[in-house]
Parts: sequence; structure tokens; C-alpha cells
Amino acid sequence: MLGMGIVKGLVETARNFLGSFTDKDRLVTVQFPEERLPVAEAARNFPFLIYDGVDPEQGLRCVACQICEKECPPRCITIEKSKDKKPDFVGKQQFYPAVFDIDVSVCMSCQICVEVCPFDAIRMDNEFELSTDDRFGGLLWTKEKLALPNEHYMAIHPTEAAEVEARRAEEKAQAEAKKQQPAVTK
Amino acid sequence: MPDQMFVLLKHWILGYSPAVIQPAVSILLTIIPILLVFPVLFALTTVLERKGLGRIQNRYGPNRVGFYGILQPMADALKSLTKEDIVPASADHTVHFLAPLVLLAVAFLPYAVLPIGRNMIAANLDAGVLFFFAIGAISELSVFMAGWSSRNKYSLLGAMRAVAQMISYEVPLLLSSIAVIMAAGSLSTVEIVEKQAGFSGIFPHWYVLTPWGFAGFVLFMIAATAETNRSPFDLPEGESEIIAGYYIEYSGFKFALFFLGEYLGMFAISGLGITLFLGGWSAPLPFLTWIPSWIWFFAKLVGLIIGFIWVRGTLPRLRMDQLMNFAWKFMLPMALVVVVSAGAWRFLPQGLTRWLVSTAFIAVAYTLLARGVETRNKIAKRTYRFAE
Amino acid sequence: MSATFFILAAVTLIGACAAMMLRGLVHCALALAVAFAGLGTLYLNLGAQFLGLAQLLVYVGAIAVLIVFVILLTRGGDSDSPALSPTALPIAGVLVATAIFAILAWAIFHTVAIHSPGLPAPQATIRQLGTSLMEGYVLPLEVIGLMLTAALIGAVIVAMKEKQDPR
Repeated sequence: MLGMGIVKGLVETARNFLGSFTDKDRLVTVQFPEERLPVAEAARNFPFLIYDGVDPEQGLRCVACQICEKECPPRCITIEKSKDKKPDFVGKQQFYPAVFDIDVSVCMSCQICVEVCPFDAIRMDNEFELSTDDRFGGLLWTKEKLALPNEHYMAIHPTEAAEVEARRAEEKAQAEAKKQQPAVTK
Repeated sequence: MPDQMFVLLKHWILGYSPAVIQPAVSILLTIIPILLVFPVLFALTTVLERKGLGRIQNRYGPNRVGFYGILQPMADALKSLTKEDIVPASADHTVHFLAPLVLLAVAFLPYAVLPIGRNMIAANLDAGVLFFFAIGAISELSVFMAGWSSRNKYSLLGAMRAVAQMISYEVPLLLSSIAVIMAAGSLSTVEIVEKQAGFSGIFPHWYVLTPWGFAGFVLFMIAATAETNRSPFDLPEGESEIIAGYYIEYSGFKFALFFLGEYLGMFAISGLGITLFLGGWSAPLPFLTWIPSWIWFFAKLVGLIIGFIWVRGTLPRLRMDQLMNFAWKFMLPMALVVVVSAGAWRFLPQGLTRWLVSTAFIAVAYTLLARGVETRNKIAKRTYRFAE
Repeated sequence: MSATFFILAAVTLIGACAAMMLRGLVHCALALAVAFAGLGTLYLNLGAQFLGLAQLLVYVGAIAVLIVFVILLTRGGDSDSPALSPTALPIAGVLVATAIFAILAWAIFHTVAIHSPGLPAPQATIRQLGTSLMEGYVLPLEVIGLMLTAALIGAVIVAMKEKQDPR
């Protein structure tokens, strides 16, 4: 009969309206600054540099090989090698970056820098509330701002971090074994 | 006593004012409450509508500005006042400026004949209902002025559609009110309400509780939705199609004035529907008459507004040809049948006979017309026209 | 002849003059609507409620809208008609208008109605209008209804024919 469709529609909307006060499924809004949706583990937004230990200068994993600078598609990374060397986690002397800048407004979160880094030094962070009102340099992040401890990496990407830790522990063990061997053979 | 509170207050103030200015004070005391109450109701309606629509659509409405978003109209008013008033260079400046003013003036006039409570009416005209419709017809001109003066094809198109829609739906609106006028025997709104203020047992004498009154009320509300360009009849505003239709080129405060005019028209026509069909300020049950009359009027008005919001959240927009077909091929014959049915009700003696005869008229007409509407919905075979 | 009468008459006359003298055609139509509204309020001022409100409802609400629709559907509304060129004869127009006004004024002032003492105006209530239409004048009412229906059908036929012509 004419009009039945309208009545059914009205009943459905009324059910939605009344249900939105009681039923969780009928009010799916997440009120943003107060509540947040859970972030997926593989979510990525902007890269950061990892340092081991407590000193961001000494424990920085990056050896300024500049592979990520060359591979970055919009070329947002700027690296300047240092003149002296410092030891890395297996004890070998490596360069370190004197200047390491990433431009936040240029970076497109493609993760290519992470994929090509041979030293597990740069990884993606999932922090997205990066806006600032400082127009003159607020969006050019330097080494000090980019360096975050390894614990942070393990907190945000646990599975990847576990795999990286396992690999690094193995390499460290191999390096230790090699260090003790020449004393034996010679 | 609280029923006549405002009337007694007005007489008390008049008693204290010198005799020279008494007419002026009396007029001001009558008009100023109307000018204050209905815009405040408009502000509340905007925020409640957005929250209501939000809840229907599984989301919150605005809830940041005040306590649960209740101060949102303040934010809207501030925004519309501080926005730049852009007038297109090729627009007709005089008519462009006058259109919202005419709409606003014409939107406030019909409140003069609505009885808001017992003895609370601004102007007790003998032809109150006719006054209401005359003023409503003038508002179409202002819509046209708005659309034409912007010198914009889309706004003109929206204006023409709006005027065509308003004219088409005026006919069922008038015919369904004629049924009420026939039953009440008078064009005066006060008399129509007083005829409905009695009780027989537990049932009030409201016209909506008769078969022709119920059908007439449904037709009246559908026509009222179309008259005020409200969803699902809001093609002239078409927010997603021709952006804003006839008020595309208006920005800032003039846009807010159009909004105010539209909502005021909605309240006025709901008020008329309440007066004609729902018994005005009378209570629904005999033991509830201790609640003041003006509270009943506003309660019914809020109920009808909720109905408007509910329908807006439910139904999709009608296309222009569907809208016109509906008006001329369904609503007009139905309204004529309602008039005949009301006549049968009036002249048959009280009892079961007149209920059966009235309902029979309406039910038969409804099924026949409904069948007509449904057969037309079938999609016609596609015809091709080639260039010769 | 109270102040309200003068104000309303002034509004009506200004609307009528503007309807003649304005350049844009739609402006003229809107000024005509103002003149109609002024007439309606004059009727209300004289106490003829039904007539005044019917004037507003029919003339301003329907006929003025019809006029603007017709203007838009036939001329496009964009092209402003050129105002009367200065070489036209406004003086002749003014003379003719004054002559007609003088004749009408002489005729009105010499009728019986002005000189007889004011009779109480008959209260033609709406009920009386309705009963006389339905009982005394029912035949003219039906004839007018038939004529309007014929006009409506004719308009529809004319419009439909134009749509089928290019075929």
C-alpha cells in the first residue's frame, strides 16, 4: 500500500535515534582529542633515528652512509658526514652524521629510507599530530629531534623490534666470537 | 492562574502606563514577545535539528560549544555576522538587498493570527486563516526576487523551481484547510480553536480525530513541508545538486536571514496546522486542563518540529517531476475527496453512519489514487530521438 | 482621510508610477506587485477584510508571480528594454492622463453617493458572500468555473503543441 515504505523508514530512523543512546553499535563516533582509535602495529607516519643506550650522541646507530638520502624520492633528507669516527654496537669504528635533517612537509611516508638502511638506524614512527605554528623551521627536524631511544621502537612496533633485536644480538655474538678467535689462532 | 499569566501581566503594565501612550504600549507588548520567542525557538531548533539528525545518522551532533552544544547558535550567529558580505558585481543590488528583508517581514506577519493560548492572540481577525494564506503567498515573490537578482543561471533555476513547487502545493494546503473551515463554520482562528476545545467523554473534539481530519492533517503537513522547502521537498535548495539554489550568491548575514525566514515559515505553518487540526491550545485529555494553554501550544509545536526533523532524516529528496506529479495527481484529488468527506460528516447525524461514510470516501479514493501513483512509477521504454 | 490612508495611497501610487517608469522589465513587475499590495491594504483600511485579503492572495500571490514567470519564460529577463527615449512624447502622455483624471474626478464628485449623508456601510460578511454565491449567483459561478477550466485546458494544449512541433 502506498505509504508503507515511508512508515518503515520512519520506524528504522526512530530505532536508530533511540538506540544511539543505549547501543554502542548505533553511535560509532570516536570523539577525537579525548578518545582515540587504536593504532595498527604497522602504521607509519614519519621516520625517526634509533639510538641504543641512554646517550643520543654516542648510541646513534646511523653511520652517515647516505643511502637513505640518495634513495628518498622527494629528497627530504639532508646528511653531512662527520670528520671523526666513533665505535658502533659491535665495536667497529664508524662515521656518524654531523647534520641529519628531514623536512616534515616534504616527507611522503613511503618508508623507502627504512627499507634501504643497512644498519637498522632509521625507522617509522606513528605519531601524526605534528603540526606547528612555527613557519620558519618548525617543520625541519634536526638530529636532536629525530633521535629516539630503542625502547620507543620496541614499544610501538614490537614484532619488528623483536626480529631486529634477534638479528643484532646474533651479529654481536659473531663479532665477539671473531674478536676472541684471532687470539686463539695467532 | 498561570494560564492567563501573560495576559494579566500585560494588563498590569498597561495599567501603569499613561493613557496617551497606552495604544502604543499595548501594541509593543503584543509584538515584542513574538519577536523574541520565535527567533529563540529558531536558534534552539537549529541546534536540536543537527543533534537529532546526527543521532539518526549514528553520530553526535555539535557538542563542543556549550553544554552539550547548546550554544552552537551563538557560534553560528557570530560566524554569519563576521563573514564578508559578497555581492556579485553583475547582480541587481537593490533587489538583491531587498529580497531577504521582504522574506523576513513576510515571515513574521502570520504569527499575528495564531492563538498561542487562551485569549493570547495578537490580532483577532475575522478572516484569520485567509490572512495567513495571503501572506504566505507573498513570500513566493521574495524567493523569486532572491533567485533572479543574483544573475546566476543556477540560482534562477532554483528560484523558478521553488516558486513552481510553492504554487503547486498551495492548492492542497488550501483545500485541506477549507475542510476545517467548513466544519468550524468560521475563518477566524480563535473560533476554530474554541470549537475544538470541548470534550466528549475522554476524547477531545480535535478535528484530527475524525477520518477527514486525519487525512486532511496528513495532507496539510505534507503540503506544509513542501511550502517551506523542507526535505524531502528541498530540491530548490538542493544542497548537493545546485548548491544552494536560489540563495547561492548570498553570504554571511543575509544567508542567515534566509535561514531564519525559512524556519519561521516552518513554525508558522506548523502553528496553523495545530490551530486547524490539533485543537490549538486545548489539552488532549479532560484531566490535563490544569496545564496552561500556551504550554500545550508549544508542546504541540515542538512535537511537529520533531516530526519535521524525523522526516528530514529519513526520506531522500524528491525529484522535480516526482514532486509535481505528486502534488497535482495525488494530493489535489485527495484533498477534494477530503472536502467531500468533511461535508458528509457535517450533514450526517452523529453516530456510526457518518464515521463509516467519511472513512469510506477517503479509503476508496486513497486506494485508487495510490494505484495510479504506483503504475506510473514503472520505467517507460526508452525512446530515441535522432537529429534529422 | 487619515494618515494611514495617505501613506497607503502614496505607496500604491509610487508603485504604479515605478511600474511605468523603471527600466528593467522585472523591476516593473515587482513595482506592480507593490501597487497591488498597496491596493489590498487600502481595502483592509476600509474594513473589507475578505476583499483585501483576497486581493493580496490572488493579485500579489498569484498574478504577480504569473507575470514574472511569463517575463522570464518569454524574454529571458536579461535584456533590459530601453527606457522611453527622450524623443518620445511624455508631454502628450501627461496631458492625456490629466484629462482622464479630470473627467473621472468630475464624474465621481457629481454622483449621488458623495452628497448623500453617509449610510452605514452594509456588512458583507463572508457568510453572506458565500450564501449569495451559492444560492443567488450559482449559475454565473458555474459558468466562470467552466470558462477557467477551458482556459486551463487550452493553455496546456498550446504548450504541448509547441513541444511536439520540432518533431
